[in-house]
Amino acid sequence: MIALTVNGKRHEVDAPADKPLLWVLREDLNLTGTKFGCGVASCGACTVHVDGAPVRACSHPVGEAADKSVLTIEGLGEGQLHAVQRAWIEEQVPQCGYCQPGFIMATAALLKARPRPTDQEINDALSNICRCGTYGPLRRAVHRAAALLGGS
Amino acid sequence: MKLTRRKAIVGGVLGAGFVGVGWWFAHERDRLGSRALFRVKPDEAGLNGWVKIARDDTVIVAVPRAEMGQGVHTALAMLVAEEMEARWDQVRVEDPPQDGVYRNLEILIDGLPFSPEQAGTVVDMAHWAARKLGGVLGVAATGGSTSTHDAWLPMRTAGAVARELLLMAAARKSGVPVKGLVAIDGEIRRRDGVAVARFGELVDFVGELGLMVPPPLKPASQFRLIGKPQARLDIPAKVTGAATFGIDVRRPGQLYAAVRHAPSFGGEVAGFTVRDGGRPAGIEEIVIVPGGLAVIGTSWWQAERFLDDGLDIKWRDGPEPHLDSATLWKRYEELLDTGSASLTRTLGTEPAASAPAQKLEAVYRAPYLAHAPMEPMNCTALFSGKSLELWMPNQSSTLMRLAAARAAGLSQDDVTVHTTFLGGGFGRRAEVDLAREAVACALQMPGRPVQVLWSREEDIRHDMYRPMAIARWTALFDGGLLAVTKKQVGQSPTDQFPKRAIGLPAQGKPEGNAVENPPYAFPWYRLEAVVADGVVPVGFWRSVGHSHSAFFDESFVDELAHALKKDPLAFRLELLAHQPRHARVLQTVAKEAGWGSPLAAGRGRGLALRASFGSIVAQVAEVEVADKEIRVKRVTCAIDCGPVVNPAIVRAQMESGIIYGLSAALHGEITLKDGAVEQSNFSDYEAVRLADAPEMVVHIVESGAEKVGGVGEPGTPPIAPAVANAVFAATGERLRSLPLRLG
Repeated sequence: MIALTVNGKRHEVDAPADKPLLWVLREDLNLTGTKFGCGVASCGACTVHVDGAPVRACSHPVGEAADKSVLTIEGLGEGQLHAVQRAWIEEQVPQCGYCQPGFIMATAALLKARPRPTDQEINDALSNICRCGTYGPLRRAVHRAAALLGGS
Repeated sequence: MKLTRRKAIVGGVLGAGFVGVGWWFAHERDRLGSRALFRVKPDEAGLNGWVKIARDDTVIVAVPRAEMGQGVHTALAMLVAEEMEARWDQVRVEDPPQDGVYRNLEILIDGLPFSPEQAGTVVDMAHWAARKLGGVLGVAATGGSTSTHDAWLPMRTAGAVARELLLMAAARKSGVPVKGLVAIDGEIRRRDGVAVARFGELVDFVGELGLMVPPPLKPASQFRLIGKPQARLDIPAKVTGAATFGIDVRRPGQLYAAVRHAPSFGGEVAGFTVRDGGRPAGIEEIVIVPGGLAVIGTSWWQAERFLDDGLDIKWRDGPEPHLDSATLWKRYEELLDTGSASLTRTLGTEPAASAPAQKLEAVYRAPYLAHAPMEPMNCTALFSGKSLELWMPNQSSTLMRLAAARAAGLSQDDVTVHTTFLGGGFGRRAEVDLAREAVACALQMPGRPVQVLWSREEDIRHDMYRPMAIARWTALFDGGLLAVTKKQVGQSPTDQFPKRAIGLPAQGKPEGNAVENPPYAFPWYRLEAVVADGVVPVGFWRSVGHSHSAFFDESFVDELAHALKKDPLAFRLELLAHQPRHARVLQTVAKEAGWGSPLAAGRGRGLALRASFGSIVAQVAEVEVADKEIRVKRVTCAIDCGPVVNPAIVRAQMESGIIYGLSAALHGEITLKDGAVEQSNFSDYEAVRLADAPEMVVHIVESGAEKVGGVGEPGTPPIAPAVANAVFAATGERLRSLPLRLG
């Protein structure tokens, strides 16, 4: 049994330690907001936070998340919309929407570390793939979320 | 043109269809559907097949098209809400059941081997026949950028009829005659402004009210919603993780299946053995599926790992187990020289044979491409013993139902298909292979839903690819242009798809939109299209034949302009004197991009124009080349798509098409070695990411054209030639093969 906290709730999971966190979330905990895209940590669709840091959950063994705190898209707003999610709606970012939870989680982590990121810092932190090509509104939404979080 | 045989075939299929269904109605009002059709629940009242109202004031619109990011749920719901006078914030959409009124009549037309320029009785008849064929087959499909065009009249009519019924219901409730009432902002008011009832308050008063004649539709000048950027209905659920994609379907007792397919095309399982460790707890069944093997278990991750670590699979090779890309290109080059064309077309006046002329010749190449939608391929199926239920991200629920019924030996009436959100489609999700695999698995597990999910590697290696293609353009000129000819070679998805999906015989015809005539007034134009055979399955990839033909055509027009020492914009405009809409789109994009203004060293601008799916799109790409690396800095885009439903979605779709096309132009290439695809994942089938996304500006040109054009695909074709032409402007180097690589 592996113990971990997900979205503030403690769970004991009966899974092998090498099972990726992504599949524990989707299969064992039925949290399907975190998406499977490539399985090799290339596309970022599975991005979650482990102890506050962005992690590509498809390639992160659940054993490494033992006794740690995991945050997923379902828990990001703590029952409300997080500033990043609000910015995403205001800028009308998603198209098919499949990659967006990963982008939103990566953005939330970025803004915690860098409240006013430069475009270069955004490029470096958001290396996820969106096949619909929502990059234009997405970049605007990151800046808008930064402004929302800045208390304006 | 060889029309006779084609006409006979279309006619033959139709004839058979008519025997079964009788006369087919063609008018919009006949697509209203009955109110019983659209699953009316307690606290709801149906108004026709497309609209329900609910006691809580919600207006529920049937959208039988797949939402794959293109905004179709929003755009089509706007058509109903506009005429119905509903408030935009009270509208939501629902996936209706499979029924003929929801079929897409326009989608088959793009499969015909004609150009839109070729008006005339035969073409009109063929279009008419395709509409009928669509009706007979009852194809509810999403593709070919046809949804809005198809829905433009029927869904507005459904909204107008719903509004009239609500007025009658309000009259019944209030005693005020209908002509003293108006519908405004989701309620019925007296003409003096006094409120009579909100829509939701009329649920009990609709009864069996009906209309004999549909009311007239609103003139565009009275539109409140159409033509203005309305918020997308699907976005709130997509930022919280609540949106249900196919991969998110969870049913009681659900199992998961991981799949491996034979490496070479057309191969299958010859046998398998379970390794020493045996079959662990959680692995429930091993099933042979078409072309591969599925492992069913309680965890997909475990089943996937068991395929790698727990089994030895022996494969039987397909017909060409040693095929590689170099060999294929050699075959295509031979076909380019000696292959006989299945379609030949000439326009204009052939120049005299003796004319002394200079010659310009260029050969262009485009590779196979995978679709690679973000959501890996999946389908969930439940076999109850007598009936089947499928939950699936798909682009044609009726084709999935047909394929599933055939695979299970059931009647179509015993199959239900639920369409989830699609994590990207791009044409891939019109294919029925996942439905067949899921049914094969479900049949082995009666009473247990089975979710078949492919790894990304399976997706990249077992797609139905955008065809690889080769073309030779030749021009004769002598001071001025005398003649151009084009010969192209490629496989045809138009031929393969109906065979795969419904078993129709292939007709040897090229992709309709790969052979559309260029809009330019060439003095003489001759096209020869050769359909290649091959083991590689090819399918509809966003913009289909336009995706390579636009590269061939617009690169060559650019080369021709330079050969004639003309500006590429001025040269195109000269040849577009008879095409005012095309010319205006070009002039708009050129002006907005600052065409002709100076650029820094190492930078260049390139122009491309392509009309596709009823819309005209031009793009100017601005590139920077340093150390043989191409960076696309800025793309300016102009589109004329006729009447605009939601300009925000039109802009988003242009940007989307540009990025999708740019990924292909800069990175996309599927190659073969030992009969198998060499690429496997985003690590070797790369896509444009945020850091490399150009700044994009989209301008909508309003020409007053009446016909609604598509927007899902037309943004893709021009970007590759625009970038190639920009690279030439920046470096003097002409790139004639995709993906674009320097040095």
